[in-house]
Amino acid sequence: MSLMKNLINGTNFDHTSLNALQKVTLRAVVMSFLFFGLVAIEGMIMKLVVTGPSNPLPEMFSHPAHYFSILTVHPIVGIFGSTYQLVFAAFMFLVPFLTKKPLYSVKLANAVWLLITIGTALAWISAFVWQYSPLYTLYWPLPADTTQFNVVGGIVFIVGVALIMLGTLGFIYNIYATIFARVGIHKDKTTKELLISGFGIDGMLNLLHKLSGKQPYSKEPALALPVVAIFRGTVDTFLDAIVILSSGILVLVYLVFDLGGHPLDVAAIDALLYKNYFWWGLDLVADGLVLIYVAGSWYLLASLITGQKLFMENVARAALMLELLVSWMVWSHHLLADQGQPEMMKLISGEMVTAFELLTQGLALFITLVTLWKARPLKMTMELKYLLGGLVGFGLAVPAAIIQADMGMNRVLHNTQWIIMAHVHIALVVGLYMTLYSALYVLWPIVTNGTKMFSSKMSNIHFWMYLIGGIGMGAFAGMAGLDGMLRRHLYVNGEFNTLMILTAICGTMVLIAWFIFLLNIVMSVGIKGLIGIFLPSHDKTASYGIEPETVAENHKVD
Amino acid sequence: MTFASSIELLKFHETAYTIYAFMIISVIAWFGYNLTRKEAKSAVRIPFYTYMAFLVIGGVGHHIFTYNTIPWVSQDITRHDATPDASYEFEIKDHKWIGLPKKITIQCGQTVEFNVKSHDLVYGFGLFRQDGTLVTQMQVNPGSDVNGILDSNDMLWTFNHNGVFNLTSTEYSGPAQYSEDGEDLMLVKNFVEVTGCKDGGVK
Repeated sequence: MSLMKNLINGTNFDHTSLNALQKVTLRAVVMSFLFFGLVAIEGMIMKLVVTGPSNPLPEMFSHPAHYFSILTVHPIVGIFGSTYQLVFAAFMFLVPFLTKKPLYSVKLANAVWLLITIGTALAWISAFVWQYSPLYTLYWPLPADTTQFNVVGGIVFIVGVALIMLGTLGFIYNIYATIFARVGIHKDKTTKELLISGFGIDGMLNLLHKLSGKQPYSKEPALALPVVAIFRGTVDTFLDAIVILSSGILVLVYLVFDLGGHPLDVAAIDALLYKNYFWWGLDLVADGLVLIYVAGSWYLLASLITGQKLFMENVARAALMLELLVSWMVWSHHLLADQGQPEMMKLISGEMVTAFELLTQGLALFITLVTLWKARPLKMTMELKYLLGGLVGFGLAVPAAIIQADMGMNRVLHNTQWIIMAHVHIALVVGLYMTLYSALYVLWPIVTNGTKMFSSKMSNIHFWMYLIGGIGMGAFAGMAGLDGMLRRHLYVNGEFNTLMILTAICGTMVLIAWFIFLLNIVMSVGIKGLIGIFLPSHDKTASYGIEPETVAENHKVD
Repeated sequence: MTFASSIELLKFHETAYTIYAFMIISVIAWFGYNLTRKEAKSAVRIPFYTYMAFLVIGGVGHHIFTYNTIPWVSQDITRHDATPDASYEFEIKDHKWIGLPKKITIQCGQTVEFNVKSHDLVYGFGLFRQDGTLVTQMQVNPGSDVNGILDSNDMLWTFNHNGVFNLTSTEYSGPAQYSEDGEDLMLVKNFVEVTGCKDGGVK
């Protein structure tokens, strides 16, 4: 088949064979990767600006209002438009797949990706048109500062974020409604049994029974371990959505009153208390749902790739509960440079409880590695490669953050490029996305009804360019952080020129890798197939009946 | 072992983390290679409880280490009971420093208190060496000392090395901090000068 035919028709992809669940999953995946491209381009623009006056970009990108507009929407597009979409798509497919039950509502799943897409687009438009740029931190009272920002731009931005949060609440409802539906294998289960399993209490009781020499509390837990992780992580997703939504409403009230000619007093809200509230919620993304979802994804991928039961499954179940509790108590590590923050909160929440994340994530890493090791020899498939890449990402990123979550280190690292690049970008770009790529390669034949990937060479080039580029980008910019480069500051004179050029080179590798990946996908499904994904499905089935165990057969060495 | 200045700490941190980064990448690469080999045997057996103990010691030990080697940790916790050698109070309003002396000269080893108030937005207070590295910093929240519940934005710092340091805000407070062509309007060059240290180091 010629390249042109491939581009139009794909390999053997037939969108008419897809059911409603498969189509809604693929729609969100497509939107997620388009937003990923946008966020990669934004990142490259900002890195090129800070290389100095000789950068090849038009001058307008170096103007403060323009630069900080990009910096404001960059995390919105990256975290919500891309990451949330991809994770939500994967989980709204996986929960029915693993529980062998239909998704509660495909219509709601369609509303989720549409709301997040429209919300992200509105936030982006507010920055592009009105240059609304209070950054994602929304430190009070900056988002309500109408002397610097256009009121209409602010309202559009807040409405956009609110739509994203409404989409998030839709996802949460869909997931819990599916888990608690008493149909199929859960026909005879009570809500209490499902709750006990969802919170991992059965795993904890199994451990206690084992220690006291009793029979296990539950030989066959009601929910599979990855579903428990999704259940648990979604608690944090809910709390986070409530905090962001309520903060948005607060900003909106101030902006609307300002628009009506009756500005409210911003001093009525204490900036430090607001910071505590906002960071408590926002940190549930970084230190809550991401870590829990990732641990659950590693467990799922390790069991699917090896076809074996997870090593120390009861410990893993109990640890997920611990991780949930830890995630509610660590926000003060963002406030170690705030002198008004009580010292005890800095010590306990900011340092000691935060250090537990080393334990919980280290445990997930250990369990995943041992599960893989026990099943060797394994074929080095794309999904296994990406899974190992994801483990490297978190192996680098988690200690980078623990180091900074310290009152001594924070004094010289707070708000520098260290935390945003050596920790956040490596955790997201390498750790999380590599894990998600692994899940994508595992689920690809299931979601697309056995569509052949156009080129395994392109998959490999994507893997290596993405891995090296992602780590390099985080490492070089992280070093600039050690040299004093701030994360929310504009440098136009090339102050950190050499490290920023190296960062930009690595960032370009990530951008090219994304393009190669996208091309590989388009050549596999074809433009016709891509359009077909967005057409209504003839088969309204909201579940996928394949047994998860069969996926493992593909990874065994003959 | 004590880190007399933040630059020593940053150098130590860079070396230690770089070694760790190469180690973790190598371990996973080695692990991945051996996953595909039938005859591969464990080079090292790591018992579960030893591994967990290692993580606990790493997490807690890190803070014990920094508490005992970084002097500004305990100084910060007990700062309200300490008597500084000098105190400076500044204010910020509309992205401008108010009441800022043209230059502060500090003798080697002196402990100085900085107290900064913001009238409108969240700013930062950061001192930087001429090469751009960070000496010290804190966040400056507006109104933190108004309602009497929370402390003000104050910090102590002991200067143990000679140098001339620039001041700027370390927290984003909107594009008004910059001129149209991107120059930082809150940057105060050569704001602090430390003198009297022998060979540039401790007195």
